[in-house]
Amino acid sequence: MKIGVVTFPGSNCDMDMVHALSQDLGFNVVQLWHKDRDLQGVEAVVLPGGFSYGDYLRSGAIARFSPIMEEVIAFANNGGRVLGVCNGFQILCEAGLLPGTLRHNESRKFICRNVHLKPVSRTAPVSMGCDPDTPLLVPIAHGEGNYFIGEEGLQSLKDNDQILFQYCDEEGKVNGMSNPNGALMNIAGVCNEGKNVFGMMPHPERACSEDLANADGKAILMGLVQEVLA
Amino acid sequence: MKASIAPATLDQAQEMGLRPEEFDQIKTILGRTPNFTEMCVYSVMWSEHCSYKNSIKWLKTLPKDGPHMLVKAGEENAGIVDIGDGLGCAFKIESHNHPSAIEPYQGAATGVGGINRDIFTMGARPIAQLNSLRFGDLSNPRTKWLLEGVVKGIGDYGNSFGVPIVGGELFFDSSYQVNPLVNAMSVGILEADKIISATASGPGNPVYIVGSSTGKDGIQGASFASKDITEESADDLPSVQVGDPFQEKLLLEASLELSTTTAVVGMQDMGAAGITCSTSEMSAAGEVGMEIHLDRVPLRQQDMEPFEILLSESQERMLVVVRKGQEEEVKAIFDKWDLHAEHIGEVTEGDQIRYYMHGELVGDVPGSTLVLGGGAPVYEREYKEPAWYAEAQAFDHTTVPVPSLDECVDIAHRMICLPNIASKRWVWEQYDSMVGTINRTTNRPSDAGVVSVRGTDKALALTVDCNARYVQADPEIGTAIAVAEAARNISCTGAVPSAITNCLNFGNPYNPEVYWQFVGAIQGMGRACRHLKTPVTGGNVSFYNQTAKPDGTAQAVFPTPTIGMVGVMEDRAHHTGLDFKEKGELIFQLGPSTDCIHASEYLASIVGIDKSPAPYFDLEAEGHLHACLQELAQKELAQASHDVADGGLFVTLLEMAMPRGLGFDLVSDDEVRLDAFLFGEGQGRAVVSLKDSDQDDFFDICGSHGLKPTLLGHVTKGKVVVDDKHFGFCEELRAYFDNALEEMLTDE
Repeated sequence: MKIGVVTFPGSNCDMDMVHALSQDLGFNVVQLWHKDRDLQGVEAVVLPGGFSYGDYLRSGAIARFSPIMEEVIAFANNGGRVLGVCNGFQILCEAGLLPGTLRHNESRKFICRNVHLKPVSRTAPVSMGCDPDTPLLVPIAHGEGNYFIGEEGLQSLKDNDQILFQYCDEEGKVNGMSNPNGALMNIAGVCNEGKNVFGMMPHPERACSEDLANADGKAILMGLVQEVLA
Repeated sequence: MKASIAPATLDQAQEMGLRPEEFDQIKTILGRTPNFTEMCVYSVMWSEHCSYKNSIKWLKTLPKDGPHMLVKAGEENAGIVDIGDGLGCAFKIESHNHPSAIEPYQGAATGVGGINRDIFTMGARPIAQLNSLRFGDLSNPRTKWLLEGVVKGIGDYGNSFGVPIVGGELFFDSSYQVNPLVNAMSVGILEADKIISATASGPGNPVYIVGSSTGKDGIQGASFASKDITEESADDLPSVQVGDPFQEKLLLEASLELSTTTAVVGMQDMGAAGITCSTSEMSAAGEVGMEIHLDRVPLRQQDMEPFEILLSESQERMLVVVRKGQEEEVKAIFDKWDLHAEHIGEVTEGDQIRYYMHGELVGDVPGSTLVLGGGAPVYEREYKEPAWYAEAQAFDHTTVPVPSLDECVDIAHRMICLPNIASKRWVWEQYDSMVGTINRTTNRPSDAGVVSVRGTDKALALTVDCNARYVQADPEIGTAIAVAEAARNISCTGAVPSAITNCLNFGNPYNPEVYWQFVGAIQGMGRACRHLKTPVTGGNVSFYNQTAKPDGTAQAVFPTPTIGMVGVMEDRAHHTGLDFKEKGELIFQLGPSTDCIHASEYLASIVGIDKSPAPYFDLEAEGHLHACLQELAQKELAQASHDVADGGLFVTLLEMAMPRGLGFDLVSDDEVRLDAFLFGEGQGRAVVSLKDSDQDDFFDICGSHGLKPTLLGHVTKGKVVVDDKHFGFCEELRAYFDNALEEMLTDE
């Protein structure tokens, strides 16, 4: 399985993602440069975290116009699997590949800490392999991760089983106390209707090894290549 | 005659901070009166910040060499320690106090940018950052504004740049009311054979400026107000630089790509004194000259004067000397990262640095006369012991009544809510501490930040330490304690201390009592570093940190020689955390319990006495303790290992209990005052927990280091008990401890 990880000039989680996918999960990983237009025949693309082009305007607002993104958008529209983590999620929303938007955290502060996630969607590949009753411990690190979507959009997310993860507590309870950033319905990640484009604020690549004393993120990244049973 | 080349006057020189005898010295060097531009160049290069003129005499007494040094202090931008496997670790700490006092957000942000540039200029990739912050009284609204701005500035810059913050300290005292301290440390890794030198060589080699354009930001001081020089008023010259972490990230990646080529002769970042400092230091280091065309420097503003271009401290810029013939290779790398790279001059034979503007020579000075170790002045300052020192030494702890066990319950609750003791979570959650996926302490809380070294079995243990109250009590002992505490922290994790960097924050060096603190601090640091075999790889001196009092006098900040230390853990499988693992573990103290309550948080904040000697300290015994802690970790006998520091034993035990929601049952020592036992800060102690079955091996190892451990008690399921008295459950104590700082900050 060949997976491409895109590097924008201000990406700073690209090498972490490359390391997790290749060293911890054993995938064949290629790096894709933002100025290139060649996806090198990859079977899935990951947009990593960071500050793509500095993000002084709005996170991800400029990255969607880069040469590589034109190819990624076409790839996604053809059913190719694309995962955006953190800044990658913001870019996918800006590019219109995912519904909703990511606002400033309610506290107006950057937040970096471990959170618990409840796997929700039973039909999306990145969450369907995770036990919905066992919360996953995965870190967040963002200033703009407060997910928002209008009423209609939310209804359709629910109807189509597009909510990937919700922030929860240690016991799996989804409530205000376990919501780190003010996200609507504690939403931490969503996918598109076709269930081939995924976005999440938490960083699974930061939870993939014994070295980090946390391997909960492996199940999520493995989901990227999960077969979907009809 | 144009103002830039008109002869400088003594008035101008003094306004720029030069002393009359220094102005005379410049005339002697040049054999003529310097023109205005040249005088500006000398004024910044001979400033305290660049020349270390009031500190170098004493700094030279510090030990520089050790068994693991690749690059020693003063040889390059930062010292480099050999960590084996062909890798070196470059690290340094620097202050950004004055900019942060004026504009906390940009001041702190550019401090982070500057220290990281020092590291990657050498070809090292920064892998971890730490910081050490000090502010005034937290109940003062200005303190809140400063703290929020500084933390956000450090966070926004570092989070975007993408290097995790893995450790730090935060301390409040009214001596820092107007003048906070912001010290930032960066740690990088490089392949030992790929070090980029900050040296220019090879006459004819082209000189490039790369990175951001040059603007009027950060031009030194409002002293340029002289209307003879420019039409503009000094108010238009912002004295604080503005940071752009995205540019810094591009510069980082481009610099590291350059380090893999043969095209670079030398490279130096532009920090203080911008183009002036980088051109003169690189030339002097290589014993060559330079010819620089200032009009070729990409500018952010029109109509900049030569001195403005020379002195601008615009951020995210580097000076690069390229091997002639390989210019295209270098250009290609900067093009890839969309960075400016402008050819602004050449390396020349001889010692002269010549600055041109549109073909006209505006400055012609011998480079060696500008720099530290060359012609820059060196002063010996007077010092004298202040009267209050003797007063503090006379403190007698028997005059403080010993509280009862019941009273200690209340004291314990108050202690854990003090801003100097309570959790700093509000701060560190705003920093990305996990980017890079090498921070082992996210899920293994430890006495020091521990980061894996990719491609090896090793890890680095990193810490910054300085309890300035101890240094105020006794500069020499207090500074020795700062070094010892750093080494103790690193030893608790199982790593072996390698070397230190220092950030010396003091008041005005022309005040003999302040200088006495400085001299004492250096002597204490030297003694501790020699004994603990941790040479000084470099650092930074920041004088003139003071707070003006209403009566017009100035009060210096607590003398604050911050110590940044790096240790090497050969096999990270033996990494030992500070958290108790399970109920039933036995708790031992290594090192003596004493009646010492000197200079403790308890004495200062609960009892209310601010003058006392430094705490109990025995440097010889520290060495044995550290070796024992290292061996206990390496043999995996210690389930948890944590040094006894600020707040004393009670706080130490609570910090060990909280991560897993456990408690402890403790028995005090009849022969020691109860307040000193629980809250005293006598040095040379650590607490370890172990499995019952490991006791024999544990005693053998302690014995071999000449240590007699004391059994304190055992780990409980969650209840905290001292001498059968219930002090609360872990969960409720943790709620106080975790939220106290945030509550104080949001309390209007």
